[in-house]
Amino acid sequence: MAAPESLVYERPESFTETPTHYCPGCTHGVAHRLVAEVLEEMGVTNRTIGVAPVGCAVFAYNYFDTDFVEAPHGRAPAMATGVKRVLPDRVVFTYQGDGDLASIGMGEIVHAAARGENITVIFINNANFGMTGGQMAPTTLPGMKTTSSPNGRDVESQGYPIRMSEMISTLDGVGYCVRRSLHDPKNIRLAKKAIRTAFETQVRGLGFSMVELLSTCPTNWGMTPVNSLKFVEEHMIPAYPLGDYKVSEAIKQVKI
Amino acid sequence: MAKELWKGNEAIAEAAVRAGLQAYFGYPITPQTEILEYLSRRMPELGRAFVQAESELGAINMVYGAACAGVRVMSTSSSPGVSLMMEGLSYIAGTEVPAVLVNVMRGGPGLGNIAPSQADYNQAVHGGGHGDYPRIVLAPASVQEAIDMMGLSFDLAEKYRMISMMILDGSVGQMMEPAEMPEMKPIVERNWDWATNGALNRERRILSSIYIEPAAEEVANLRLANRWKEVQANEVRYKEYFLDDAEIVVVGFGTAGRVSLSAVRAARAQGIKVGLLRPITVSPFPYEVIDQLTGQAKAFLVVEMNMGQMLSDVRLAVRGRVPVEFHGRPGGMVPFPDEILHEVQRVNGANLSVQTDPIDGWLARMAEVK
Repeated sequence: MAAPESLVYERPESFTETPTHYCPGCTHGVAHRLVAEVLEEMGVTNRTIGVAPVGCAVFAYNYFDTDFVEAPHGRAPAMATGVKRVLPDRVVFTYQGDGDLASIGMGEIVHAAARGENITVIFINNANFGMTGGQMAPTTLPGMKTTSSPNGRDVESQGYPIRMSEMISTLDGVGYCVRRSLHDPKNIRLAKKAIRTAFETQVRGLGFSMVELLSTCPTNWGMTPVNSLKFVEEHMIPAYPLGDYKVSEAIKQVKI
Repeated sequence: MAKELWKGNEAIAEAAVRAGLQAYFGYPITPQTEILEYLSRRMPELGRAFVQAESELGAINMVYGAACAGVRVMSTSSSPGVSLMMEGLSYIAGTEVPAVLVNVMRGGPGLGNIAPSQADYNQAVHGGGHGDYPRIVLAPASVQEAIDMMGLSFDLAEKYRMISMMILDGSVGQMMEPAEMPEMKPIVERNWDWATNGALNRERRILSSIYIEPAAEEVANLRLANRWKEVQANEVRYKEYFLDDAEIVVVGFGTAGRVSLSAVRAARAQGIKVGLLRPITVSPFPYEVIDQLTGQAKAFLVVEMNMGQMLSDVRLAVRGRVPVEFHGRPGGMVPFPDEILHEVQRVNGANLSVQTDPIDGWLARMAEVK
């Protein structure tokens, strides 16, 4: 006799039923799900406004069952500032990739953080411009081949990677800034906890919060999904160490 | 309310507040900075949103966000700053959310100077940002008119879910004049059925300028085109002076129109049958009234503080039926009434052709300016 069925895993209510357009093996879907679970657990889905970027996550608004706006390339933190300043009791988050946030949107992210805007930023670092076909991003590792660094990123002529979490954490307006990875279940659980803490920072008015997530891009890296996860572990993490770069005293007291 | 002495930029700021401005995002640039400064004090004291952005890119995207949230929102800048805002303006237009932008224009191109200019006419009226999109553009010629147009700007932007710009040259922003302020209007919670302000007790909403299917983008473009026909039918505004029996029609907007009025009065005193048409909305442009005036006028004289931008729109309305002459002072120069009077006298006495390019004659007459 079969045991009675019990449901152990289901779609968060803050997710729509739209299938995502992401490539097989890409960790965007994992990151989306973590955000959706956190919004649902906090009971804030119906008062959340998301800001989608330009890049692979440009259609993020199709997947979250919350109000959403879609920003010009890199401008999501400015747009989020506009929303949050006129709706301070709502939850506002941006979801941005490394081309969007660390290249064209460097001005907007730094100043939103410096102003201590009470917004949450989910930052996907997959070391390239995914949407346009895998060009070099500010986060591309030295020597890493992309379609615009075909011989490998030459730091002499193409500069060095930018470590955003380290940089953002120096700003006084920041309440919470950490880097996590999505390459295995343990780290995914840690990433979810960080995302929860980031949104808790926002709803408590404790300043700007950002979670950087090391992510895969199997299609543009030219790797299988499994090898991509290994690449994150073996090459991305050494260049972008996981850790808590800034956790304000006030948020340290918050028990989740 | 009684008339008070108001500086143009501060008057614009206060008029916007009284029209129910809920959020302002800006960046310093001469000659509009007093608007930012004034609102940095005024908005917080009223508990309204104010942010000095990190750049004009930041400012216009904060405007975009607040506009999506459904509040009365504005930014102000001057020419180089407005150029930086063009990306955001295109997105705002594509998303069909209302926003107000004031451009206190200065001499250009490039860094140019901080003197009064009308050189951003084409950028405001005919484009600037990428893609097809119409926008309303108002052109005040005095501090009072700028005050009166602030409330109108918000009303039009919301009525048509469109950008409403006000373009004025730096002199209107910087001058002080007696002017009357309207009463303070209360903030109205508009609860637009499109605003992304949190899906409390309703279906969630998305605001975006993306139409990934070209056929859907075409439908969106055509919706804007049809809405623009409505604006053209209902919102054309202009002022007429001495036009009843005018044989020469001077056309000028903003300060160029105001200075032209002095010249027209002086010419009338000399018995010249001349009048002035001063467009208030340069977009929608008063093509129809110029078309009608073409029946009575023997010539038009377009006066601008640029190299002849509105000139093209006047010629489009006149359609070669009578000569259109041009007098412009570009680069931050302001014409004097007597030089415009001289132009009126010349046009009155000359045997003009419809075949010649008005710019050729103007450049020849400007040859002494070196």
